[in-house]
Amino acid sequence: MRKFAAFMMTALLAGCGWSGADAATSSGGGTIEYWLWDSGQQPGYQKCADEFAAANPGLRVHISQYGWDVYWSKLTAGFIADTAPDVFTDHLAKYAQFVDLKVLRPLDNLAPTSDLADSDYQPGLAELWKGQDGKRYGAPKDWDTIAMFYDRAELKDAGVDPASLNTLIWNPTDGGTFEKLVAHLTVDTNGIRGDEAGFNPRSIRIHGLSSEGSGGAGWGQTQWSAFAGSAGWQATDKNPWGTRFNLDSPELQQTLNWYFGLARKGYMPTYEEIGGANAIGTDKQIQSGIAAMGLSGSWMISTFSKLTDATGAKLDIGLAPTPIGPSGKRASMFNGLADSITTLSKHPDNAAKWVKFMAGAQCQDIIGRSGVVFPARPAATDLAIAYNRDERKLDVTPFTDQVKDKTTFLFPVTSNAADILALMNPRMDAVYIGSAPVSSLTAVNDQLNKLFEVAQ
Amino acid sequence: MAISTAPPRPRRRDDTRLAIAFIAPALIGFLVFMVWPTLRGIYLSFTKFNLLTPPEFNGLDNYVRMVQDPVFWNSLKVTVYYVFVNIVIQTVFALVIAVMMQRLTKRTWLRGVILTPYLVSNVVAAMVFLWILDYQLGIGNKVIEMIGLDRIAFLSDSAWVIPTIALINVWRHVGYTALLIFAGLQTIPETMYEAGRMDGASEITMMRRITIPLLRPILALVLIITVVGSFQVFDTVAITTRGGPVDSSRVLQYYIYDMAFGRFQFGYASAMSVALLIILVIVTFVQYRLTRAESSDLS
Repeated sequence: MRKFAAFMMTALLAGCGWSGADAATSSGGGTIEYWLWDSGQQPGYQKCADEFAAANPGLRVHISQYGWDVYWSKLTAGFIADTAPDVFTDHLAKYAQFVDLKVLRPLDNLAPTSDLADSDYQPGLAELWKGQDGKRYGAPKDWDTIAMFYDRAELKDAGVDPASLNTLIWNPTDGGTFEKLVAHLTVDTNGIRGDEAGFNPRSIRIHGLSSEGSGGAGWGQTQWSAFAGSAGWQATDKNPWGTRFNLDSPELQQTLNWYFGLARKGYMPTYEEIGGANAIGTDKQIQSGIAAMGLSGSWMISTFSKLTDATGAKLDIGLAPTPIGPSGKRASMFNGLADSITTLSKHPDNAAKWVKFMAGAQCQDIIGRSGVVFPARPAATDLAIAYNRDERKLDVTPFTDQVKDKTTFLFPVTSNAADILALMNPRMDAVYIGSAPVSSLTAVNDQLNKLFEVAQ
Repeated sequence: MAISTAPPRPRRRDDTRLAIAFIAPALIGFLVFMVWPTLRGIYLSFTKFNLLTPPEFNGLDNYVRMVQDPVFWNSLKVTVYYVFVNIVIQTVFALVIAVMMQRLTKRTWLRGVILTPYLVSNVVAAMVFLWILDYQLGIGNKVIEMIGLDRIAFLSDSAWVIPTIALINVWRHVGYTALLIFAGLQTIPETMYEAGRMDGASEITMMRRITIPLLRPILALVLIITVVGSFQVFDTVAITTRGGPVDSSRVLQYYIYDMAFGRFQFGYASAMSVALLIILVIVTFVQYRLTRAESSDLS
């Protein structure tokens, strides 16, 4: 009977995903549990963890990596079941919700992180992580902007000089030189280009521009934000912590009308083509020859640099800045990640030491030299630029110039992020699919504004 | 030689302790995993609860919001549509398969093969169909193109998603349903069919006049089980469409899940769960009465 009971316990625990090893590592005060979602960054942070352990005898960092979708549901479950990590990689779209739920520790209240200085990081990054109470909830680790990735072979076939991509201009009326290029890069199944007579938009071999979906889940970050931003649009009345939204603004609605119109003209894949809810990204679309170029984020540089075609040969990928818009300037959303400490951490001071270490020059230089993301510290950013130039022969200044030229605008940070996502994503999908007009976003905007009237 | 003269011990009449020992595992499971969560869910439906801070009682607010929530009504409509497509096709197919299992083959392995999709987990089945039906690369669409038809966005076109998801689940559950009906068929005496054949009835007439009427109580049971299961469709939607495009596959269970664990509105999600519970009670009751599941024509 005792044996049977022991067996049942084991089976039950195994069924619940409980593993003895995990508990053993988190129970000891010396081990700090750290979570991240980007597998590409894990080797770099493991190096940081090793140096941290060497500098802090008795402390050890245990890193766990989970894919983006699983990451957030596992984290939520962890907060409820008291199995959340001490420190985790946090996102601007998510952290406000966690502040509301009171699961993050203000870093100012912990000795090691109390003296983090905004001025050590790229301008504007650190401020994004301060809550409405003025307290700091994340230590900046990296930043990202948007640029255009393109397949050099497709440009050559079309007889386009890559240098001409640096001076593209777009407008919501006729799309400008940007749309002309996109049309020219589009080829239908009869081999006729999008700007030639007899072009059939219903049967496309390769689209000029890739699609990353409707953008309803992240304010069009890699979809339309670069266009809306260069038309002078901002998502909220103030940022961070806006409470009124601008989905009803003519600038945005005209931009979206033009942008999603590219899909109807055949220049950009439709919602159905990219796979609906399980959409493939710009990288896969360029790799599989569905699109010739597309917007994507700087966190994708290493993925793009490794792309191969069906025969295993490496693709030659180039980079160009986002086009200049009606405001006369380019624009890119400026987003950043940070490390947050949970209220569930049993040894918050140890956790804060690790956060401080990751936000410091030593670790950020390691991350910069790994070339996966742009670290938040300017000196470490330069190391990442150098790595891409020397090791990948890739000029990443289309990403970094946006920061240098101050053409970035910040990712909208608001409360009620989960509700905003749930209300906005289906409606934005409807506009992309074409089952609802762009003007339907005005009603969505009222719903978003109401969220904040109720909250106050 | 000592012979035991003691009378045989009388059998213990009281089986209560043994009975409790046998019932306990199921009863404990039922109380802990069914009754307690149901009661707590009903309580939480009258509160504002974000999972991490203590629930606050807010009366009927969640229910008032539910009645006014267009997404809730839409998800109810989508769910009923799904259940209709799923159950009609599944039951018809299961009935045909069960009759064939009984009349055409006696081979155990062939009968076993019919059950195999049921042994595949819902998530795996959904993943496999997601690949097969992929618009760009799916083998399903390659076949459709080879026949000379246009590719179909099975899981990203609002008109196709619910029928597609319903059929994926028919594929998985039809064998199990057929097995239940097959068990029912075994209870129909062979003499009935012999009599039918003597009178010159065709297979189809015998199906209509003998099989279906005598199978009614079993069919009623099967329908009640499958309809209740069908209303709770979740995993296939979560894997393939996550409610999209727009709201066209946002079934009630998925909306509830997203409300609770995506939007941290556990109170409102509980209220919708209570609504689903009430709907299922009513549907089951109506089915039970309509099909006279408690009586058989076989006596």
